[in-house]
Amino acid sequence: MTTNLVVLAVLMFAVTYPSRALGLLAPGIDRLPKIVLDYLQLVGPAVLTALAAVSVMVIVSDDDVPSFHIGVEWVAILVCLGLVARKGNLFLGLVAAVAIVAVARTLGWAAIPA
Amino acid sequence: MPDTGLPGTPPRRRVRGRQARGLRGLRRHLREDVPALSDSLASGRPDSTNAAPGADDPDTESSRRRLAADGVGIAISAIGFGFVYGLSAREAGFSPVEVMAMSVIVFAGAAQFAAVGYVASGLPWPGIILLTFLLNARHLLYSAALAPWFRGLPVARRAVMAHLLTDEAFALTISHFRRIGRTDAWGYWVAAIAVTFIPWNIATIAGVVLGAQIPDPARLGIDIIFPAAMIGLAVGLITGRRELVAAIVGAAVAVAVALVSSPSVGIVTGGIIGPMVGLLVPARAADEIARLGSQGSAARYSMPGAHADDDPEHR
Repeated sequence: MTTNLVVLAVLMFAVTYPSRALGLLAPGIDRLPKIVLDYLQLVGPAVLTALAAVSVMVIVSDDDVPSFHIGVEWVAILVCLGLVARKGNLFLGLVAAVAIVAVARTLGWAAIPA
Repeated sequence: MPDTGLPGTPPRRRVRGRQARGLRGLRRHLREDVPALSDSLASGRPDSTNAAPGADDPDTESSRRRLAADGVGIAISAIGFGFVYGLSAREAGFSPVEVMAMSVIVFAGAAQFAAVGYVASGLPWPGIILLTFLLNARHLLYSAALAPWFRGLPVARRAVMAHLLTDEAFALTISHFRRIGRTDAWGYWVAAIAVTFIPWNIATIAGVVLGAQIPDPARLGIDIIFPAAMIGLAVGLITGRRELVAAIVGAAVAVAVALVSSPSVGIVTGGIIGPMVGLLVPARAADEIARLGSQGSAARYSMPGAHADDDPEHR
């Protein structure tokens, strides 16, 4: 049983952990100016919507070329967003989103991503 | 004081007297929970003492239950893709030990999937490591956003927390902290370990062992859980125009940049520029409806509106 890639895992950890830890471990983080704290408070909404938007709207082909994607996933996301905004229930939103996508793909209305 | 909720018309004098005392006691109890929020507002920093109120505080308990409920869907997504990762890594020639090492030591889904492809295509390790760094650079935004909340925690604990910081852990944690207005380490451990780390690693093992018997998660629509969960949790963080602008601009910039470069670069760019544009909204126009400690925050996050008389914003 090979274990060479365990070393690769450790090296990947070595370049990942600093980005995770820098903010949490940097000294003086509690003495940031208010404008910086206000900025950091806005990072959450910005990055979460960025993650969602890129996941749904951008697909990368086998030759690493990104392209804009329009599909049933948009409907699922919008329904989830509406349910969460209206009902405050994320689980309900997720169930609805999964159901929409699963039904659409099962019926052949949407392609199954590679 | 309105008598809504009481059966019938109570005797005017006696019940109102008791009611007023009861509500004063309720407000006093709630007010004991509020000073930390007020202090954190005055200082402009989140309250990271995590000392009081205690674990039996009803608001914290309610938020914890909500965190757990929100985490169920995310855990399902982690299980589904953990399966696929274990399977694809085995098919790419990874040994079971190597597959598990990636999930435990790296613990970054996108980078792990990318590494499978890189290894299978014969990309040299320096290239894999550089691409991993770029792919995971967005975690810097997460750690920076959580840093003010964690400042009161021991360094060793923060060091461990850092390893467990993922998209999902960040999203669940920041929502939870914003709801209760203070740090709750228990919430982070649940989000990071129970919702993400354990399901991901168990599913990875299952993927290695069960192999091709696992159905494609995409066929079941499970791949939509991640973006849906991210957008759903973002909704909970949008409490004013600044957050709304940051969210919209962040998404737009991320997609635009992703189309000309790569998704990972787009996400980092959107996460950096979105808040900058959000800050351009003047404070007086921010229309903050749920600033921490306000009655709006209480109403939004399922607390009874008993603060109405105490909140100067609503007099």
